[in-house]
Amino acid sequence: MGSISVQAEPFDPAAEQQALRAGNPRIGALVSFLGLMRDLNEGDAVSRLYLEHYPGMTEKALAAIVAEAEARWALEGVRVVHRVGELRPEDPMVLVAVASQHRGDAFRACEFIIDYLKTQAPFWKQEITPQGARWVEARPGDHAAEVRWRDAPVGAASCRDQAIQEHDEACIRG
Amino acid sequence: MIRLRYFASLRERLGSAGEDLELPPAVTDVAGLIRHLAGRDGPWGVAFNGTQVLLAAVNQEAAKGDTPIHPGDEVAFFPPVTGG
Repeated sequence: MGSISVQAEPFDPAAEQQALRAGNPRIGALVSFLGLMRDLNEGDAVSRLYLEHYPGMTEKALAAIVAEAEARWALEGVRVVHRVGELRPEDPMVLVAVASQHRGDAFRACEFIIDYLKTQAPFWKQEITPQGARWVEARPGDHAAEVRWRDAPVGAASCRDQAIQEHDEACIRG
Repeated sequence: MIRLRYFASLRERLGSAGEDLELPPAVTDVAGLIRHLAGRDGPWGVAFNGTQVLLAAVNQEAAKGDTPIHPGDEVAFFPPVTGG
């Protein structure tokens, strides 16, 4: 059901969302994550970003992530688009759009897919600065998010729901 | 024979995007291949000695140390991913 593209060409987020929901009156909710190329990282001006990838494995990894989301939640459609190659500041880099009948499934599946993409999909960012090229380091927070999804039972609430539940329980305990 | 591939900063450190390697008889899994590569001179010894986090894939699927390797496989090594 999911549609995946890994491409050098720019994409239009609005057109992608329109295509995802067109012609399906069962869709009651569409949740999108749009990842953008930021202009600043660690205080240095970033002029351009270069996205390297592992052709073949990127598509397989994204398809596996989407298939798992489709198994865990009730979805009407998924669209993932990830740019590779050279990006400029404010360029859309990645789109994860999820359509469902009810918003809970779309919110959770969208968060799940982007959290897993950030730890499983073989892309590597390289910043091109006035001082030269620099590989972006992986963030520990991305791995923490993935571990929470992996340990959660199938169909479970999102990381945010779990955090809210833990906070409420702590308040009750007093 | 296996097809080795290196990506991103690892490729730059090794000065190689990949190679074909005759699979030594003692190498049957990813951990064994890492030990074999760590035995080489120069940047391979440093890159594969366990001091840096490296991820692996066999035939384009995420692999661990005990993932088996057979002749004809494609094995890739790379730093932690940073997409999205």
